[in-house]
Amino acid sequence: MDKLNIDHHISRRFNVELEEIRSRVLAMGGMVETQIRNAITALVDGDTELAEEVIKNDANVNLAEVAIDEECSHIIARRQPAASDLRLIMTVIKTITDLERIGDQAERIARMAKRLAELERPKNQYVEISSLGEHVLKMLQNTLDAFARMDAEAAIEVAKEDKKVDIEYDAVMRQSLTYMLEDTRNITRMLDVMWSARAIERIGDHAKNICEYVIFLVKGKDVRHISIEQVEEELHSDSKKQ
Amino acid sequence: MTHGFDLEALGRARSHLSLRNENICIEARDLQLFYGDKQALHNINMRIPEKRVSAFIGPSGCGKSTLLRCFNRMNDLVETCRIEGQIEINGTNINNKALDVAELRQKVGMVFQKPNPFPKSIYENVAYGLRLQGVKSRRILDEVVEKSLRGAALWDEVKDRLHDSALGLSGGQQQRLVIARAIAIEPEVLLLDEPASALDPISTLKIEELINDLKSKYTIVIVTHNMQQAARVSDYTAFMYMGELIEFGDTDSLFTNPKKKQTEDYITGRYG
Repeated sequence: MDKLNIDHHISRRFNVELEEIRSRVLAMGGMVETQIRNAITALVDGDTELAEEVIKNDANVNLAEVAIDEECSHIIARRQPAASDLRLIMTVIKTITDLERIGDQAERIARMAKRLAELERPKNQYVEISSLGEHVLKMLQNTLDAFARMDAEAAIEVAKEDKKVDIEYDAVMRQSLTYMLEDTRNITRMLDVMWSARAIERIGDHAKNICEYVIFLVKGKDVRHISIEQVEEELHSDSKKQ
Repeated sequence: MTHGFDLEALGRARSHLSLRNENICIEARDLQLFYGDKQALHNINMRIPEKRVSAFIGPSGCGKSTLLRCFNRMNDLVETCRIEGQIEINGTNINNKALDVAELRQKVGMVFQKPNPFPKSIYENVAYGLRLQGVKSRRILDEVVEKSLRGAALWDEVKDRLHDSALGLSGGQQQRLVIARAIAIEPEVLLLDEPASALDPISTLKIEELINDLKSKYTIVIVTHNMQQAARVSDYTAFMYMGELIEFGDTDSLFTNPKKKQTEDYITGRYG
């Protein structure tokens, strides 16, 4: 399971600290996942109460970020981590920033949900939002999975998904524009739908960032700002550690 | 440019050192070393770059000090010691039996874990090597003593008591004095065997700072148990294990993404 052997330190206390930090990131990931799911449900079902809950819960996501950040600082100060341990800490610090931003997007969607709940519901029951949302949720779940298993190959696969999310997002935008052109009374509602779709699409970008950190963690290569094809090439040319 | 930043430089990663681009000072080829029947070094092949700091790390008994001692023939003093293979320093085969070892040690200075000043004055400690060489001129001696003490970042602390006994200095000062003594005879290479392990953290930092200053003039090889010290002071790091050289590469890469699992396990404190 644990490819980086983080439970193999001579100092067992250090094993515990690293393991703790890893599970806290996963817990934060789970929290953020729930936030998105609830925000989208609130929007699709017009559930104002659920939307309120999401908005309130964002504070907990923020607290989690601060707490994990602090824990990372302590580990750096006390342990001077090197090699894969250092990369794990760097990855955690970066990952939680993206998770926190995902949390912000969930909050944003929840605010749109509240506004939309007051408007007349469309015939399609916001199916475009729920479908895009499902897609991105799946992506986030797989991202957290790749992080938990420290699986670079899985991370590449998830990162590839981001392109599909972008295409789906474009389709939602075009469709929303069509509705607006059809009937100007739709504009208010469709603008909020577009903002929500935008927020969901951004979540996909953050998930992709996290995938890139996982690749850095496992392979020691920084693959930000290069194309997926280049990433694959880089990694597969890499000889395995003896 | 109005913004005051060189934006292009900002976007460039700090260029990584690479052994391929270095001038080589010390080269070991197929080096084997035996203490009696016991083989302490196995087939060491390495090229140590000139005017850089190279650190040897590894667990106790891995052979790092033994290897360091090969570079100025300190192992000659061990009767049962037998060496095969070649070591060249700036093109000279130093295992050549005809080589004058005293001359070699002038070129390849060594500093040990425990400071070993002579029971003489500070001045005489630094002047010792020159006096051995027959230098008598007071003017030259004064000059070299001051230059060496400045080079070892000790001058300001001792300039008013040059003729006091060196044994009255603190451990950290004694260690810098020993380094001053080593550089007084202008060696090409400085070998440091755990130079800071008997010192407090501040004296340790002073020694590390000194190492950084000295590398523009000398090729420095340091053996250390302290991995963070190796990471701080060295340009290149060699990891040794059970008499073998496992990995030798630029320090930044070795400490963030080592190539060998054994190196990774050691620097992160894992058991294999």
